[in-house]
Amino acid sequence: MTSLAIDLPFTKRTLANGLDVIVHEDRHVPIVAVNVWYHVGSKNERPGRTGFAHLFEHLMFEGSEHYNAGFFPPLQQAGALLNGSTNADRTNYWEVVPTSAVDRALWMESDRMGFLLPALTRERFETQRDVVLNERRQSYENRPYGMVTMALSSSLYSSDHPYSWVTIGSADDIRAMQLEDVQEFFRTYYHPANASLVLAGDIETGRAFDLAEAYFGEIPTGQRPGPVSNGAALSSEQRLLLEDRVELPRVYLAWHSPAMFKAGDAEMDLLGDLLANGKTSRLYKTLVYDLRMALDVSGYQSSREIGSFFLLVATAAPGHALTDIVSRIDDELRRVVEHGPTGEEMERAMAQAEAHFMYRLQTVGGFGGKSDQLNAYNVLTGNPGFFSADLERYRNATPDSLRAAARAHLRLERRVVLSVIPRGQHGLAVQGSTPVSVS
Amino acid sequence: VIRIDRSRLPDVGVDPTFSFPAIVRHVLGNGLRVCTIEHRSVPVITFSVQVDGGSGADPEGLEGLSAIVADMADEGIRDLSAIDVSDALSRIGADYDVDVGGDAIDFTLTTLTRFAARGAALLADFVVRPRLPENEFTRVRQLRLDRLRQLKDVASAVAEQTFLRLLYGSHPYAHLAIGSDATLRNITLDHVAAFHRQAFQPACATLVVCGALSHEELLRLAEDAFAGWSAADSAPSRAPRASDVVPPAVPLTKLAVVTRDAAPQSELRIGHLATRRVTPDYPSLLVLNAVLGGQFVSRLNLKLREEKGYTYGARTSFEWRRGISPFALQTSVHTASTADAIADALAEIEAVRGSRPPTIDEMTLAKASLTRGYPRGFETAQQVARSVAMLSLYGLPDTYFEEFVPKVNAVTSADVVDAATRYLDPSRLTTLVVGDHSAISDSLSRLNLGSPQLLAAQF
Repeated sequence: MTSLAIDLPFTKRTLANGLDVIVHEDRHVPIVAVNVWYHVGSKNERPGRTGFAHLFEHLMFEGSEHYNAGFFPPLQQAGALLNGSTNADRTNYWEVVPTSAVDRALWMESDRMGFLLPALTRERFETQRDVVLNERRQSYENRPYGMVTMALSSSLYSSDHPYSWVTIGSADDIRAMQLEDVQEFFRTYYHPANASLVLAGDIETGRAFDLAEAYFGEIPTGQRPGPVSNGAALSSEQRLLLEDRVELPRVYLAWHSPAMFKAGDAEMDLLGDLLANGKTSRLYKTLVYDLRMALDVSGYQSSREIGSFFLLVATAAPGHALTDIVSRIDDELRRVVEHGPTGEEMERAMAQAEAHFMYRLQTVGGFGGKSDQLNAYNVLTGNPGFFSADLERYRNATPDSLRAAARAHLRLERRVVLSVIPRGQHGLAVQGSTPVSVS
Repeated sequence: VIRIDRSRLPDVGVDPTFSFPAIVRHVLGNGLRVCTIEHRSVPVITFSVQVDGGSGADPEGLEGLSAIVADMADEGIRDLSAIDVSDALSRIGADYDVDVGGDAIDFTLTTLTRFAARGAALLADFVVRPRLPENEFTRVRQLRLDRLRQLKDVASAVAEQTFLRLLYGSHPYAHLAIGSDATLRNITLDHVAAFHRQAFQPACATLVVCGALSHEELLRLAEDAFAGWSAADSAPSRAPRASDVVPPAVPLTKLAVVTRDAAPQSELRIGHLATRRVTPDYPSLLVLNAVLGGQFVSRLNLKLREEKGYTYGARTSFEWRRGISPFALQTSVHTASTADAIADALAEIEAVRGSRPPTIDEMTLAKASLTRGYPRGFETAQQVARSVAMLSLYGLPDTYFEEFVPKVNAVTSADVVDAATRYLDPSRLTTLVVGDHSAISDSLSRLNLGSPQLLAAQF
């Protein structure tokens, strides 16, 4: 099969204040994507202050000095779609606007980068704290299996590791947050030297740079925060159980794995597909299709900046025991470690990787659009052109490299085995599990 | 050098011109309607087959049947097993998806242009010639039964299911596509085969092909794959379409609670049946909904989220179908704020009808937000294909996209108040709470909605 040309061209310049500006032209639809990444996430928080980076993201939508009436109205009136998100490693903000509204989007985006604090009142802060507590209730506490991410984070990492807490934060920490904490956080992390701006879409490159310079060039620079790093390893298998409002038990198997873009990261991603994505995957075929022991299986490499984790998940079909399911999964893991993937599996994986990289070129804006990808590559590798290198990582994967990654990282004796079970039914957990507490 | 004036927001320039996709319509010899659209940004192609029917066509007692039929499409074709089919899809990197709506089933397959013929052939086999093997049927049905069991714990699914029942009574739109435990157990492979034979006819379907090829090439792909679809000899169903069924007179439930012990939030639905998608008042209703609850800066979200902090978000929508469709407000609020949130929500619905009609600023913002961003929805082949499929679902003209912006811009404040008066009726609203009844019952009694009807989740 011949390789397609799959490319994401761009131009990058860095302003005097340290802001990276990246421009990508795509004139198919008269829209422009504005995308800003700040290199700060929940990994930059301290124990006792968890959830802060995300709460701060909410405050970025409440108004800034020169437009002190909410971030949404002037942009929605311009026909924009906009949003933001926070994860462990970064916080991103984006607008997709008609070509005619680029100035307005840049004005708004630069005003909150440079002039947020004068608009921030105690009342706005306290209301958003309540909104975030409700986001936590809706997305985690009141959702089946919703507290799993808390249980996995705290069991994979020691309590001083920045990935040991989740981005939404603990409810107690959120309640304890003070307006005064916001000032320091803004000064430390929200400045041009810790940010990256992409303009993608129906805009000429030269004009895009002129606009970026005009709107963002005046914002004072700050000190780029040092990298956060912290080692993490498991020395044994931990078997844990969590009770929840669920009908059917589910097991989560989690391992430490190579950090995003590091050697072995792409292989782990491919192993996730090979093991648990789609009917042809080994665990789906065995557990769901042939034996009907599981209702569903899934698996993926959760790639992150200072260390990833690899996850396999299976929900027990009624009448089947998690212990038996884990035993089947372990058989399959041993086979992968011993024999690696088949040629057919590799062909399939390659075809899917090629297609998915092409699909990623279809939209300029939003989460995962071209602007977001350019910023991801720029912030996490320093090279917005890493798109091609990223695809090469997949093209270069071999049965041997997958086998080696599986052998190095999917060790049965170094992992977390978390059983989520209906309340009061400890007997349904994997044998030998002890309760884990989450809040 | 561009000088920035921070004392005022930059104006928005003239709206850029945008050519909406040109749709070329064809009819194959077997009666299949085909729409081709050239879309050349990326070498990707989307095929979408819309088959009339959907969950509204489920026979009484067999609710969930159309969804199983849809599910069975890729469970075996030609000499390929379900696993082989999945393998064939991944070898062309295909993104395959089935959506079972109240009025139709949409099968959508996206692949790289160079695999277009293989993609079209697979999709045609799924829709036209699924093998419907007994063992796969048993497995698929069991998976759905198990999923239903899990839905009992999902507050939003409980709310959705219960709310439809409260609004529609025994109407064919009253159930979720997945059906219920009892009805799924009634369904046999014979039902599946009969439903397929009856509903999956070329004259009752539309194929949309959108991708980086010429109309001629797109049409040829459609012909090569779908010309062999022959009309079945079975007579078309004589049952009335769901959209033609008049909803039964359902006694009004003003307030209902499905209890969920110790729930940290209450999942809310407030609404009533309103009108059909094809109403001439559609543009007015769009603007009304944007002002009331259809966008971040709507009255409802600003009140419940940005002012009160009761919720992560609140919205309203008309949940469109071909037939009569609900107006529904949905949100999930802190348990302690349940009654206050309901009171605020009801007050906003009431106010937009009269005491606080949309202001000029609200009208300007709502219309601009709907119209200026409109071209954004036509960026990918899949978005375009789905938009064109929507035209056939509701019988809208090919000029629809061109006319959208002028029609919305023509809506006046008086139109919105008129639409609100005719299509929102506070005296007919049903309020449903899925939450911790013991924690909220005292505060609910202050709402003057009478004592709540206590319901159980019925899956």
